[in-house]
Amino acid sequence: MTNEAILLGLAGVLTTAAPLIFAVVGETISERGGVINLSINGTVLLTAMGGFAVSVSTGSLLWGFVAGMVIGALVALIVAFGSVTLKQNQVAIGFVLALVCRDLAYFIGNPYMGLEGLRLPSLDIPLLGDIPIIGTLFFNHDLMTYLSYLIIPAAWVWIFRTRPGLVLQGIGEKPAAAFVRGSNVRRLRYLYTVLGGAIIGLSGPIYSLSVKAGWKGTISGLDGLGWIALAITIFGGWNPIRAALGVYLFAFLQWLGLVLQPSLPGVPSQVLQVAPFPLMIMTLLLVNIGNTEWVTRTLAVLPAPLRRFFNRLLRAMRASPPAALGTPFESE
Amino acid sequence: MMKKRWLNLGFQLSALVLALGFTTLILLATKTDPWQAYKYIIIGSISSLRKFTDVLVSFVPLLLVSSGLLVTFSAGLWNIGVEGQITLGAIATTWVLRLLQDSSLAPGLIIALAMLAGMLGGALWASLAGALKTYGGVNEIFGGLGLNFVATALTLWLIFGPWKRPGIGSMSGTEPFPNTLWLPMISGFRLSLWGLGLGVFFIILIYFLMKGTYFGLRIKAVGKNLKAAYLLGVPTTRYLMLAFILGGALAGLTGAIQVTAVYHRLIPSISSGYGFLGLLVAMLVNFQAIWVAPIALFFAALNIGSIQLPIVLKLDSTLSGVLQGVLVLFVLLMDGVRQMITRRSGGAS
Amino acid sequence: MHLLFIKQMNINLNQICKHFGKLQANDHISLLIPGGTIQGILGENGAGKSTLMKILSGFIQADEGEVILDGVQVRIHSPADAIQHGVGMLHQDPLDFPPMRVIDNFVLGQSGGLFPDWKSVVDEFKQLSEQFDFKLRHDAYVDMLTVGERQQLEILRLLWLGAQVIILDEPTTGISALQKQKLFETLKILAGRGKTVIFVSHKLEDVENLCDRVVVLRQGKLVGEQLKPFNTKNLVNMMFGKSIALEESKSHSTDRIAFELRDLSLEEERIQIQNIDLKIQAGEVIGLAGMEGSGQRPFMQACAGFLRPVHGRILVNGRDMTGMNYPAFKRQGVGYMPASRLEEGMIPGLTLSEHFILAGQQEGLFIDHDQWQEVTREKIRDYNIRGKPESPVESLSGGNQQRALLALLQQPLKLVLLEHPTRGLDIESVIYTWGKLKERCCDGAAIIYTSSDLEEILLYSDRILVFFSGKVSAPLSARGTSVAQLGNLIGGKDWARIKTGVGVTA
Repeated sequence: MTNEAILLGLAGVLTTAAPLIFAVVGETISERGGVINLSINGTVLLTAMGGFAVSVSTGSLLWGFVAGMVIGALVALIVAFGSVTLKQNQVAIGFVLALVCRDLAYFIGNPYMGLEGLRLPSLDIPLLGDIPIIGTLFFNHDLMTYLSYLIIPAAWVWIFRTRPGLVLQGIGEKPAAAFVRGSNVRRLRYLYTVLGGAIIGLSGPIYSLSVKAGWKGTISGLDGLGWIALAITIFGGWNPIRAALGVYLFAFLQWLGLVLQPSLPGVPSQVLQVAPFPLMIMTLLLVNIGNTEWVTRTLAVLPAPLRRFFNRLLRAMRASPPAALGTPFESE
Repeated sequence: MMKKRWLNLGFQLSALVLALGFTTLILLATKTDPWQAYKYIIIGSISSLRKFTDVLVSFVPLLLVSSGLLVTFSAGLWNIGVEGQITLGAIATTWVLRLLQDSSLAPGLIIALAMLAGMLGGALWASLAGALKTYGGVNEIFGGLGLNFVATALTLWLIFGPWKRPGIGSMSGTEPFPNTLWLPMISGFRLSLWGLGLGVFFIILIYFLMKGTYFGLRIKAVGKNLKAAYLLGVPTTRYLMLAFILGGALAGLTGAIQVTAVYHRLIPSISSGYGFLGLLVAMLVNFQAIWVAPIALFFAALNIGSIQLPIVLKLDSTLSGVLQGVLVLFVLLMDGVRQMITRRSGGAS
Repeated sequence: MHLLFIKQMNINLNQICKHFGKLQANDHISLLIPGGTIQGILGENGAGKSTLMKILSGFIQADEGEVILDGVQVRIHSPADAIQHGVGMLHQDPLDFPPMRVIDNFVLGQSGGLFPDWKSVVDEFKQLSEQFDFKLRHDAYVDMLTVGERQQLEILRLLWLGAQVIILDEPTTGISALQKQKLFETLKILAGRGKTVIFVSHKLEDVENLCDRVVVLRQGKLVGEQLKPFNTKNLVNMMFGKSIALEESKSHSTDRIAFELRDLSLEEERIQIQNIDLKIQAGEVIGLAGMEGSGQRPFMQACAGFLRPVHGRILVNGRDMTGMNYPAFKRQGVGYMPASRLEEGMIPGLTLSEHFILAGQQEGLFIDHDQWQEVTREKIRDYNIRGKPESPVESLSGGNQQRALLALLQQPLKLVLLEHPTRGLDIESVIYTWGKLKERCCDGAAIIYTSSDLEEILLYSDRILVFFSGKVSAPLSARGTSVAQLGNLIGGKDWARIKTGVGVTA
């Protein structure tokens, strides 16, 4: 492989990561507010189909992306209604929605299958795009990829540095305390769940209008990506920057799988394609294993220096969710 | 008490009406005549004995997997890895059938061994998710999902690799097994009474297990409050693992049925989505084993009824999935509405 | 800044009524609090103090009656509304955000632009903090602070938001004697600057030391009022309606060693305990005193087998149990009762009878429900539980749940571990609970328990271990220790004078 090909491949990783970035950032925002939006896998499919269908019908890319955001927001609205107002189990509502949205995407998308559609054009950034290596790597992409760079720090600043962001952390951490400080917890949870849903809703159209342009029904290869986004949100410890790193790592590994395949004839292609999944399990294992009883029991027997080392290591990897994640809020 | 029961029923019926209403809207939006669609679903499922037996063919795996999921649900587990457990059951069954098909053993024995292997395979895959949860702290939703993908990849690899058909492997699956290794069927129909018998046997078994035994009570205790169950003396890790293993064994048996009674070979999507559908059934029955069979039968009827939609109406057959999912969604939502109303009225008195 | 500007606020509560179901929590309560004073509100648990304060702070609304601030009748719809009116409340469990920074907690809730002006916020925080000589770092994380420091943070925040009235609900629970002293000084400064302080407590001593005036609530009614100096006997009579003579506690200690720790060291994320030696006799009661988070919990967990010690040995009834897990400890006769009854102790959704089945022995595969109903009825009688075998546990009252938990402990026991066994119970339930526990002692069980009520610790224990940030005192004899001594130790004073860790058998 030439250096040029590697460079283009790595640049491609940034593009293929873009939809997942939106999905993960949207989910992070929703979960920071205390609501798990488990529908994400269905949302990605439904918005991919919806965005494609709308852009084909209107001839406009913009409306395609708007449609994606609207659909994502509507699905999230059902999650919010079910969990915030009706106080039903968020996992149940989200899981059912994941299935319903997937089937709806296939059902409604049937007539659009295989149609020729619009595709997001590449947009080289002048000057920056001409810098050798860096230009090719970062600045020869389409608009949504650039936006995916921007949404990561934007979400981080919003959550950790702005006044409303502090409140967002508050309603996910201890809603009663946020309520005492004047927050309308329910309204804000609605707001952030729907906002997160709208951001997640961008990921589908990015697939169907750019990364995997077109709608091919069940063989679109999109089923499952939403579940991965959920896992990466956990891996990211509810921090947009750490989550984005997870996404890039995932996209990089998938690319690596493709690249390595010809040079490893003994390994069937299916094995390399699923390599990220065991890896996802492994990372979740590393993030969580420090919380298990048997590990603390085992560590207790080790000599002190070794024990301290492992404790520090496990603590550094551990991620703890917003304390009120998944639980409804009752003001008295 | 009586009044409360009628009220519940009222809410569930209204959920059904809302689900139908929503699906009708979707059909109208896609410029389809809803009555035509519903008519063909009904015709497609119960208009003839043959079609009804086809419904039962779909009912058996759904019943089996839902019975298993009832156990994991009671233990408070979201066993989303159930799809992979079905797949591994199918793989293990295929493996044993391939291994023994040229042996001199009686075909009945081979089938029995293969199905047992299927149960073991499913149980093994489930215990992986279980071990990840109990010993690794990995939420069973994510562990299970990851293992689902791995199971699918394993199937594809086997079909295109070691178990490929003579010549070239294809998406149509492995070489079909000879008739002798099929689960005996009613002649002229695709239904196997053995399969149906197994399904009925296991749902009854699970019913009594969950209702009357120490095992069932402990599983429920673990599901409702793990910490308290442990303090009261329930070995919680063991019971979580047992729930996974039992649920996985039934999922594995589902895969075995798919191989021995339905497809007679291993195909790429051998689970046919029964795992996720079973999760919907288990959610809908809300821990009551008695309702599993009727709901599973209804869902199976929708599945079979929608098969001919692409031919007669140019509609995608996922309409049944939409209807099933939307029904569960509205039942969950209406249940929330009911609870909200009772809370309100309870607070006022 | 706000502080230099002295404005006093008079509070007038007029005929406040509030009921929950059949319970009349507040029954026509009228109360006038002049600005610049420290008003005590005294009463037992469940007397209606918290309800009244929740009404004043906007958490709940009164059924009847009016709230008049400085002569103006107001309706307070929410806690945020209350702070607009200048009324702020410190809750018993701090309502703050542990994983966030001090300064984030400080800002959260203040209205303003998208980005807080961090520099001036930090400056104002430091200024305010200096005025009271608080040693809070603005960039520390709240989960590293003590409860006392979290109170300080909350007081600063409320003042910053312009609170004229500060309500404190049982603020001296879980803080050290030193921090209590600091809190009282602060509150006196506040009153001196014209703020109104409302101090809600069931601790007579605290109220007497701090307040200018006090009202007593009992069963939802205001039963009396006093100005400084107070007549203690009178106050007690008002609180309880009668004078209660607590039963003199008898020791059932025997010579047999039931439980032994040898050079035990424990490590948890935030606390380390080193080299404890302890021998406990059958029938003996050991009280663990200390503010929360000083190491009692890991200690208890190690005694029950949840936490594996990093060094040393644990012996139950002479048998080495080091490294074994809770089921093994349980089989050996160790029982554990957690503080949070419905979260950790019982299983909501299951019936009383099902709890006894779970705690009991399995016989065969199928449950003989008739037989277990009988067992449950017997336990219900023995432990005076108000409920039926088929009652779901969440339908029982707190006291009945507590008695059910006691009934669920296996028989016989070598060691009972109890976390806050009487927290939230009324006085009669407390006496009943201890009666039942002492029966266990008669049968030869040793007891280790935690409590934040020092009088309970002194009354019911034979010996006491004091915890202070991971340091453990040698066992003190309950007879020879006073509340004051204990309070000092809990607050970290006088440790030079006692031995630590190395236990001596009494």
